Amino acid sequence: MNRFAELLDRLVLTPSRNGKLTLLSDYFRSVEDPDRGLALAAITGDLTIAAVKPAMLRALVMERIDPVLFGYSYDYVGDLAETVSLVWPQSPADVANHEPTLAEVVSKLQAASRSDGPKVLARLLDSASISARFAIIKLVTGGLRIGVSARLAKQALADLGKVDVAEIEELWHGLTPPYAELFAWLEGKADKPKKTALALFRPVMLSNPIGDGDLEKLDPADYAAEWKWDGIRVQAVSEGGIRRLYSRTGDDVSGAFPDLAKAMDFSATLDGELLVGDPLQATGTFSDLQQRLNRKSVTPKIQQQYPAFMRCYDVLQIGDEDLRTLPFSDRRGRLEVFVQTLDPSRFDLSPLVEFTDWQALEELRRKPLHPVIEGVMLKRWDSPYLTGRPKGPWFKWKRDPHTIDAVLMYAQRGHGKRSSFYSDYTFGVWSGPEGSEELVPVGKAYFGFTDEELRQIDKYVRDNTIERFGPVRSVRADRRQGLVLEVAFEGLNRSTRHKSGVAMRFPRISRLRWDKPAAEADRIETLQALLD
Amino acid sequence: MRASDLLHPRPEGLYCPPGDFFIDPVRPVNRALITHGHSDHARSGHRSVLATQQTLDIMRLRYGEGFAGTTQAAALGEAIALNGVTVTFHPAGHVLGSAQIEVVHQGACIGASGDYKRQRDATCQPFEPVKCDVFITEATFGLPVFRHPPDAEEIARLLKSTAQFPERAHLVGAYALGKAQRVMRLLRDAGYDRPIYIHGALAKLSDYYQSQGIELGTLEPATVESGGKEGFTGAIVVGPPSAFADRWARRFPDPISCFASGWMRIRQRAKQGGVELPLIISDHADWDELTATIRQTGAGEIWVTHGREEALVRWCELEGIAARPLHLVGYEDEGD
Repeated sequence: MNRFAELLDRLVLTPSRNGKLTLLSDYFRSVEDPDRGLALAAITGDLTIAAVKPAMLRALVMERIDPVLFGYSYDYVGDLAETVSLVWPQSPADVANHEPTLAEVVSKLQAASRSDGPKVLARLLDSASISARFAIIKLVTGGLRIGVSARLAKQALADLGKVDVAEIEELWHGLTPPYAELFAWLEGKADKPKKTALALFRPVMLSNPIGDGDLEKLDPADYAAEWKWDGIRVQAVSEGGIRRLYSRTGDDVSGAFPDLAKAMDFSATLDGELLVGDPLQATGTFSDLQQRLNRKSVTPKIQQQYPAFMRCYDVLQIGDEDLRTLPFSDRRGRLEVFVQTLDPSRFDLSPLVEFTDWQALEELRRKPLHPVIEGVMLKRWDSPYLTGRPKGPWFKWKRDPHTIDAVLMYAQRGHGKRSSFYSDYTFGVWSGPEGSEELVPVGKAYFGFTDEELRQIDKYVRDNTIERFGPVRSVRADRRQGLVLEVAFEGLNRSTRHKSGVAMRFPRISRLRWDKPAAEADRIETLQALLD
Repeated sequence: MRASDLLHPRPEGLYCPPGDFFIDPVRPVNRALITHGHSDHARSGHRSVLATQQTLDIMRLRYGEGFAGTTQAAALGEAIALNGVTVTFHPAGHVLGSAQIEVVHQGACIGASGDYKRQRDATCQPFEPVKCDVFITEATFGLPVFRHPPDAEEIARLLKSTAQFPERAHLVGAYALGKAQRVMRLLRDAGYDRPIYIHGALAKLSDYYQSQGIELGTLEPATVESGGKEGFTGAIVVGPPSAFADRWARRFPDPISCFASGWMRIRQRAKQGGVELPLIISDHADWDELTATIRQTGAGEIWVTHGREEALVRWCELEGIAARPLHLVGYEDEGD
């Protein structure tokens, strides 16, 4: 357990990708099965253990320490898992003469029932070192947050075995923790695991944003254009009766979309956008789609209200025929024919956008024909389907963001390296009749500014605090004084949860308007107009 | 005599009216008793200074010959009378020469600990608990979250990292007096026998430690001439933390920044400072050492100073020990 804990501690503080890869591949090389495979599963999010809610963790620690001392400690550290790992009392009698392995910890947690979970956790914490306690808490509360993606972990495996990472991604869904056969192959002790599982994920092809001056170097005749739909990227794989929907990072999301999976009565691998609504009638907005996201299962009512469908834009395989080496123009031809054979209420074709030159496409991009379009995609006619994000064949050209001038109302201390900075900002716009305007909060943003700007806002917050609630400070904001923030955002949803009735998508601070009087910030009506 | 008449805070520092002296004054005074050589405790310009010989030597090294009008060396355990007040210096285990000061007068006994730690340290004498009525404790790490691991484990992580990243230099930030020499000594005790490269700010004090019989092995100046970029490949370089944010550090190949401090227990602290390899090595007592020491002194009253007073005062309340914060100004919050 201590080796895994040490790995987590080092990964979280190692900024460089190469440094992380060295730490990971060294760990995989030096630690034996099954611990290393369980660590891998924990990092890639493929480890299922009984979850313990933060409230439960807090209750456990409160039984063991004075609440006032815990309060001082938590205030200082700012992270619950870390605070608990540090203040957890340990008497020498508790320390087992044998340090538990990761495998032992995982098997105890997996065997725990919902009701005795907290007790099992407490016993494990009693027997562990401080770093190991932190790692155990991270395992049970979910989300290691160590800045390592599943893809980076797979790259470390590729480095270990000196193979291409795409080989590992293709195999991945046929394997299960603790991946002994995978490690045996990577260490040259066994053959490559056979792809016995059906309907495996194929690594997806990604695009680059159009940058300044990129278009001048491209010939419009070389590229096809499509609308960029505002849904989520999915890969639909159906093979031998197995049907899977994968996110673009290879996560299996089939469970949340049984309605779509039911219609996958074909043998092929399709690439496209997951949307809700009726493809023939109306495409739902992203906030409609959100009703279907991040769920393990979904009720019939929600399925009926927000039916899922897939707008297809590529085909990777039909039957046994791998199409990925064909140029896009050929794949597109195959796709157009293939989609016609599918249920039209669940699958349609992403239409091509006709254009003659970049100027014409620019106008279409600025005024898309549908609100669920967030820009255009450019795809080279002659490009094969490549994994990763090669520069050149595919580009995304997004709609410009909306911006609004809002006034800073509350600031909260950040986490991680920002824990001493007020870095999360709640901002509002004016509402109410002239002469008695009030600020109404419309969103929260915690990035978009430079480190220097962060220092400036942090100072402003400290100098203009009018009230404090724990880590939050209320900042002076009235008609005469206030800091105006230009906020950029991708879209606006109606919200019943917020007093203002709106919720922003992807808000970020685009500029600090030190020059702008607070009274001249925008009004709520400006945002409401965007809703319709 | 009431303890608060024997010692109480003044803007200059902790003052003893019957003895007419200050302990660790932050401004020049007539008579100063100094617990140890860290610059926030040991200032120059006092008319007379009473301290251990090693602390006097260290002050002389830092400030030059004229650092005080007159000096007197206090032997550990020796009772010294000052205007009828008896003071005795006892080892504090903080850095070389560090001492607690026991102040006794008319039946009242106060133990002023200065800074102290309980973990074993080969570079200074270990802390000796002193029985007293009032114990003045520091509280730099006075929160239950501060629990320092054994220092040998921390050094083992540093050595493991040098093996893992042999192409990079490891820059260890360590306070110039005490921490730096302790880190070097720990490296030697762990069997590391390559030269250790040091920043110029460490040279005089490290020489002094060696002259006092504390073996630190071969130390080389971390100059471009002595190393060159390739010369520092795989090297361990020790210097004051501020130097590593400076252009000075550009001479090292793809350095890994390490920082030896009790603050490194908190991940956010390490992150904020851009530290890649935190080494939790402290010259201050951690929470468990603080509370154990308070119990050991048998003191009925605890005065808590520089650090997180409120948590330690709360702990004393829960234990039924009278305690109050002693608001002394001028000591560095980050005194590690």
